[in-house]
Amino acid sequence: MIAIMKREFASYFTSPLGYVFLAVFYGFSGLFLWMLCFSTGSADMSGTFLWMFFIMMILIPVLTMRTMADDKRLKTDQLTLTSPISLFGLVTGKFLAAFFIFLIGVAVLLVYALFIAGAVSSTAAASGVESTFGWASVFGNLVGISLVGAVFISVGIFISSLTENQMIAAIGSIGANIVICLFDILANYVTIDWLQELILSLSVFYKYQEFTYGIFSLKNVVFFLSLVVVFNFLTMRVLERRRWS
Amino acid sequence: MIEVKNLCKSYGSKLAVDNISFTANESEILGFLGPNGAGKSTTMNILTGYLSSTSGQALINGIDILEDPVAAKKDIGYLPELPPLYLDMTVMEYLNFVYDLKKCKLPRRSHLAEICGLVKITDVSKRVIRNLSKGYKQRVGLAQALVGNPKVLILDEPTVGLDPKQIIEIRTLIKKLGKNHTVILSSHILSEVQAVCDRIVVIDKGKLVANDTTENLSHNLSADHKLTVQIEGPSKEVKTLLENIPDMVEVHINRQVDKTVTEYSLNAREGADVRREVFKRMAERSYPILLMRSSELTLEEIFLKLTTGDFYGNTENGGADK
Repeated sequence: MIAIMKREFASYFTSPLGYVFLAVFYGFSGLFLWMLCFSTGSADMSGTFLWMFFIMMILIPVLTMRTMADDKRLKTDQLTLTSPISLFGLVTGKFLAAFFIFLIGVAVLLVYALFIAGAVSSTAAASGVESTFGWASVFGNLVGISLVGAVFISVGIFISSLTENQMIAAIGSIGANIVICLFDILANYVTIDWLQELILSLSVFYKYQEFTYGIFSLKNVVFFLSLVVVFNFLTMRVLERRRWS
Repeated sequence: MIEVKNLCKSYGSKLAVDNISFTANESEILGFLGPNGAGKSTTMNILTGYLSSTSGQALINGIDILEDPVAAKKDIGYLPELPPLYLDMTVMEYLNFVYDLKKCKLPRRSHLAEICGLVKITDVSKRVIRNLSKGYKQRVGLAQALVGNPKVLILDEPTVGLDPKQIIEIRTLIKKLGKNHTVILSSHILSEVQAVCDRIVVIDKGKLVANDTTENLSHNLSADHKLTVQIEGPSKEVKTLLENIPDMVEVHINRQVDKTVTEYSLNAREGADVRREVFKRMAERSYPILLMRSSELTLEEIFLKLTTGDFYGNTENGGADK
């Protein structure tokens, strides 16, 4: 698992993929921060986190599109699948590699937060008021965005395992992300109470929003983690099924 | 040691491997022969756990590849048809990755250096695999299979893309490895199989058609009682003379070599040696025998016979009734 993870991680930087991902991530998070905080003078970063959700929906599939598809296309799966490692180790290794790249991206939001907190405390000190920067909300947001990222990555890897073509994997994952995240829009059109509740309880976006409001609920953490487990498990099933077909 | 018992693999309704059983012993090089699409690669993929069989068993050193894949795979080095290379890595990075992947316990640096020396890739070890020639890529693929010094080596056409000098080197290497490993090697090149392998398994259309040593295969299929002779003299008369030899079963005119010389193939009763009698009868009439050889088959002919049922490759009744 560690061998796979190390190789995958390094491979993001031997190709432009890792750099492109990080550059776009940093670029957009900086843009939103400027638009929503600097230009308005607000110290509330929730808006930035919320917008990054939509960017990630499109950006993370680019990160994960080749994880499994390339292995199949270049037949390198004949090495990994005939090595003495389990499917669990293989999928987890690939997942963790992508997740670490993603965390390197997310880390910039922490840097922004430190920067704003510094600015807030210096203005507060100058005007003699107590500092009011909401660290709790920022940490809630960071956990939330990391969990959503993990879900998107596991979905992306799953879709990538279904095809040999990177482009199909990317577009498929974007489509899948849109479906699993925004299907709570349906809830607006459903009049049956229990069905509406069910849709909302399965909505990734709805739960992520709670994080951005500063609500940290263990229930939501468990929800996201189980989605990660489910999709990684499905990826393993796809690899297993390929052996039997 | 590899044991294959009643192995079957079907893709939908198509049976790619049909009830194959064979054993490859320790310190033995087993050649895997068959025309394209015969099921060679499929069988190898099953042995290495890349595919699973529909029914039957494959045991690697007594461990069932389906029941305990991780343990079984530890003993296998596999070079697939297309070497599984990560093109964005350097040769050394790649071998280090394989070393980690196989959870190898041998001293890393010296072990990898030894392998690079064996397959002669030391001078390209710092280069990115993408930029290597086909021959070098093939050798890196072979190096990958050797990492961890596995007891069983499964090589799918290991000499493809190499130049003649490299082919000889790799063959020598495989022969050397065969002394303390179990090696299964598939190839289209019959002379390679003949040169390297102790035993040959021939499969055709997913079925096992032969499993024997090279010598035995050649001997059993041809044997002394089948002769090819070229005799100078009127072909009709010579044919009658030959047919009158007591143990003769069949005389067949193969071709007219030139105006006066004709080539015949003789098929005597099994166990009978008619060579002296042929000589005596021709000598009586002063018909010179210009050539006489037993129709010992080359591997090419055996292969054709086994996979098409055609003894001489072209003639209709060349005695392929065995």
